Amino acid sequence: MHKNAVDALLPVAALIGALLLFGLFVWLGGVSPVETWVLLFKGAFGDWFSWQNTLTRAAPLMLTALCVALPARAGLIIIGGEGALVLGGLAAAALPYLTPLPGNLVGTTLLCLAGFAAGAAWIALAGALRQYRGVNETISSLLLAYTAIAIFKQLVEGPMRDPATLNKPSTRTLEEAIRIGGILGSDVHWGFVIGVVACVALGLWLALTARGFSVRVVGGNPRTAQLVGLPASALILLACGLGGGCAGLAGAIEVAAVHTNANASLIAGYGYAGILVSFIARHSPFAIVPVAILFGGFGAAGSLLQRRLGLPDASVQVLQGIAFVLILASEALRGVDWKAAGERFRRSMQPREVPLSSTVKPT
Amino acid sequence: MTNPLDASRRRSLAQLSALSLASISPWALRQAAAQTPLTIGVIYVGPRDDFGYNQAQAATAAEMKKLPGVKVVEEENVPETAAVTKTMTGMIKQDGAKLLFPTSFGYFDPYMLAMAAKEPAVRFSHCGGMWTEGKHPKNTGSYFGYIDECQYLNGVIAGHMSKSKKLGFVAAKPIPQVLRNINAFTMGARSVDPKITTTVIFTGEWSMPVKEAEATNSLADQGVDVFTMHVDSPKVIVETAAKRGKMVCGYHVSQAKLAPAAYLTGAEWNWSTAYKTIIDAAQAGKPHPNFLRGGLKEGYVKMSPYGAMVSDAAKTMADGIKAKMIAGSFDIFVGGLKSNAGAVVVPKTLKQTDPELEKMNYLVEGVVGSV
Repeated sequence: MHKNAVDALLPVAALIGALLLFGLFVWLGGVSPVETWVLLFKGAFGDWFSWQNTLTRAAPLMLTALCVALPARAGLIIIGGEGALVLGGLAAAALPYLTPLPGNLVGTTLLCLAGFAAGAAWIALAGALRQYRGVNETISSLLLAYTAIAIFKQLVEGPMRDPATLNKPSTRTLEEAIRIGGILGSDVHWGFVIGVVACVALGLWLALTARGFSVRVVGGNPRTAQLVGLPASALILLACGLGGGCAGLAGAIEVAAVHTNANASLIAGYGYAGILVSFIARHSPFAIVPVAILFGGFGAAGSLLQRRLGLPDASVQVLQGIAFVLILASEALRGVDWKAAGERFRRSMQPREVPLSSTVKPT
Repeated sequence: MTNPLDASRRRSLAQLSALSLASISPWALRQAAAQTPLTIGVIYVGPRDDFGYNQAQAATAAEMKKLPGVKVVEEENVPETAAVTKTMTGMIKQDGAKLLFPTSFGYFDPYMLAMAAKEPAVRFSHCGGMWTEGKHPKNTGSYFGYIDECQYLNGVIAGHMSKSKKLGFVAAKPIPQVLRNINAFTMGARSVDPKITTTVIFTGEWSMPVKEAEATNSLADQGVDVFTMHVDSPKVIVETAAKRGKMVCGYHVSQAKLAPAAYLTGAEWNWSTAYKTIIDAAQAGKPHPNFLRGGLKEGYVKMSPYGAMVSDAAKTMADGIKAKMIAGSFDIFVGGLKSNAGAVVVPKTLKQTDPELEKMNYLVEGVVGSV
């Protein structure tokens, strides 16, 4: 029990360490560290407005982080979530071109499903390339992301362009009725809830179901998995499909809740930010939720820091960098037997008897 | 000898009477209100020191900080996503901003328009958006400059200085604002020598330094010896061209510092004219200026000082045209203008203010490239 508490406190201690280091950093720049800390907290979690700010920024990150976490549990390092996200957004914007949608929840659901399917297909493609053609999935998923962005631009600035959008080529705007709105009048849109539900559901799926367990076995040792008769390739494709689907869903939600159409602003780097979130969360879907919120908090706090202290945007990236390096480094301390380490330290401090022969120089 | 107590009593009496005067006179009230500073928020899509689009806005914001009764809050690197909605709300709710300048094109629709509908007491001024009477809220507006005038003058200088008669244009996207600059630059150069061509490369991104450097190098390999551009940050293009021993005409702000030996002149924004007009109106409680446009004449754009290598003939010709532009007797898009596909695209001369020009979708004769 005590050991668990220490393990849980590790990331917290790392965060505190990062804040102290960041305080030193801004102090060297001539800014009061105390004022900076107060503003960081106020900007991220200080009041209801700050919470809304933080949660809105966190919403897309949970889904794009799942695009890294699920394949990772099956043993694949996928970093091309950005591609799945833009294609998901494109699919959602394209659906009304193909078929008239009912102006209610059904229409919105169909949009989301279209986004999910597009993202799932894209990441499953990277998984299939690895399973059947031996192509490294990390490289192929990254390159596929560039391909996806090129396809996206070609269609948005070409055949799908709304001719009324002159200087910012975009697809036709979604009807008000099928967009995704805020939760109970707040600024936080339902995408946040979808993200939390997806994280919890997929976390439970991995932890409790036989299929989820099989995925983890494949990730642990694919040879063993095959030895016990698990369909490794199918399970890897399933994990890739689910992960890619989540990123695609994130794109669809961004289009339906934020952008109202598909345009180049959708390519905002959420897919890449998701990689970081997933690694910090150690690819645990449950841990993704708080990590994404922390990430959103950094964004929100950075905003206030810029406005109040005139600090450049880069300073918040410094804080983020310090925080994530320390969190990852603190992993090395996990499971350390502190009592034994203390004993070792105490012993090392005691004067040792030095063999005489080594102190006498041969003449 | 004056009794200090007496003096203070007299002062407080004066203050009291002033207060009561203030309460009955709306004029005095407005004066009092003007003393609480007007907080304005400026939002940039990229870094403030990008030697380009964002720096042009940030330099003006820095100038506005010096105005009496004005407080400026800024945020850089704000993407065109929910993040800008949050930044605008933050500026209004946390900083008490009453006037916002969301400067990136993509902030306009849907973010700024949605925020303006929610916050009718706050004024919004957007850079470059097409504010339309009756369609967009009255507390919103847009400002922009006819910078194609400066690009035309860039072209005149480039036309004089080029030896290969091949000019290069590194552009972001084939949208009306960009096409207008490419066309004006080309026409300026061809007014010097009709044999000149401009080769254009679209990178597809507003800010993509790698592609911009590649495009510059590839144009230099093709024999281009004078470059200009329309991307968010011309830094890489200017530096690459200078490294290749070529000349450049700048854009957005002066990049002369980056390559003093290669920098001929440049098309610069001069946003302080627009910012001041908008801020004055807000401080005086006058209606929000909804649609501000201007060129060299109105002081919305300006030219960088000529580099030392620019010939006198080039300066004389460019200054002559500039004087005509300022006098309002010079048209860039004259009737009979042909596209590079050979079709007449401007049947009748178009004045700078003509909305038709904001829908441009062609490249003129002399441009090598396609939309």
